[in-house]
Amino acid sequence: MTTQEIQDKVVEIIAKQLEIEKEKVKPETKIAEDLGADSLDRAEMVMDLEDEFDVNIPDDAETKIKTVGDTVAFIEAEMKKKGS
Amino acid sequence: MSGQRRRVVVTGVGAVTPLAVGARASWEALLSGRSGIAPITLYDHSQHDVHIAGEVKNFDAGQHLDRREAKRMDRFTQLAMVAANEAIADARLDFAKEDTARVGVVVGTGIGGITEIEEQKERLMTKGPGRVSPFLIPKLMANAAAGQISIRHKLRGPNFCIVTACASGANSLEAALRLVQYGLCDLVISGGTEAAVTPLGMAGFANMGALSKRGGDPAKASRPFDKDRDGFVMGEGAGIVVLEEFEHAARRDARMYAELAGCGLSGDGFHITAPAEDGDGGIRSMLGALADAGLRAEDVDYINSHGTSTPFNDKVETLAIKKALGERAYRIAVNSTKSMTGHTLGAAGGIEAVVVALSIASDRVHPTINRETPDPDCDLDYVVEGARAMTVRAALSNSLGFGGHNATLAFKKVKR
Repeated sequence: MTTQEIQDKVVEIIAKQLEIEKEKVKPETKIAEDLGADSLDRAEMVMDLEDEFDVNIPDDAETKIKTVGDTVAFIEAEMKKKGS
Repeated sequence: MSGQRRRVVVTGVGAVTPLAVGARASWEALLSGRSGIAPITLYDHSQHDVHIAGEVKNFDAGQHLDRREAKRMDRFTQLAMVAANEAIADARLDFAKEDTARVGVVVGTGIGGITEIEEQKERLMTKGPGRVSPFLIPKLMANAAAGQISIRHKLRGPNFCIVTACASGANSLEAALRLVQYGLCDLVISGGTEAAVTPLGMAGFANMGALSKRGGDPAKASRPFDKDRDGFVMGEGAGIVVLEEFEHAARRDARMYAELAGCGLSGDGFHITAPAEDGDGGIRSMLGALADAGLRAEDVDYINSHGTSTPFNDKVETLAIKKALGERAYRIAVNSTKSMTGHTLGAAGGIEAVVVALSIASDRVHPTINRETPDPDCDLDYVVEGARAMTVRAALSNSLGFGGHNATLAFKKVKR
């Protein structure tokens, strides 16, 4: 998967979770502050991301992932580790 | 006693019913005698014994609510939110002008978020505990509707939910009434909501033997007080009213539909689902409501019955009305909203409060449909011939719940 493909899918999952336009979800967008996602939204999003990319996103990683770009980078790194 | 208590009036109504989304549209449908019962569309019912229900048809929460807001709610909360928004708009309330710490929300439900429970149980079994939604608990909890309404409108007064099965809506209105009477609130958004037309909910009610087995002609299945009634038809919906302190309403020149003058409560202390055969619980809730409202039997022109269409309820409720109101019982118009909506469980007390408020305001009473063959045990005036124009000075609304919870609300015309 290319970085762009990962990003497109991440954007899609976030937009779907928060019922917003994909155009509002940019790499620099802060998921909590800019999009208003609360802890419940983020917990559900993490499940969808884990299922989509077959990676594990631990609770402590969640606190470090602030932006859409952070999310893409984290997932990409995890996928590399798994060799996929 | 009533001298120390503040008067409480209904200044807004909202309803989502199997007949329509909206109190006015539902009311017009009730007056025309239209049934809201139809084949089930919400799930595949082919393996079930029961194939009909009073669903809120083509309800798309996203049409009425913000989509993200709607997604965080079970259907029972969505229905309540739509009805509450309508009631608040109908009362022409602007909460920016109110002390929101004195605005309460009391909304009951019998079951809570059973749709969410079923979906997440499925996820638990197929995908494991790590995939159960973090929204499961905030969606399923019975108090979610009251909480979400208060959040949506930023209302900071007393906020709770009462769960007493089919009496949940009426019990909620009783509690709301007291909050205003005793000065804790100036306004309370109150009523009931339910959305239990789900595979699990329907199988449970069906296996109790509570539901009508008539499937062929859905519109004829709910037939309260008819000799050939064979059980209730499940309905869903929400009914919410704005209760307001009389002087507060007068100051802002609010429209007053009716005064909620009192309420009687009782318990059967008898059986978890069956009513006591002597009607004791219903008799005492009706007598309690009259005494609390300062009404005599002669003042009552109309009773919105619990009228579920089960063989037992309609017989025992008729007996209770006669014992509570004496000879006057035969001169009172008694109807069943459930003949057209089905039994909306915890929503029923709320929906029927909307109906009674509109009956008093418009001096019209809707019919009971499908009472085709008289039952000697049910010998009151059930308004079988169609909607009736008549003066409604005072009215009672009965709600009798599984568990033996009985609540009778007493409404009357507003005297200024």
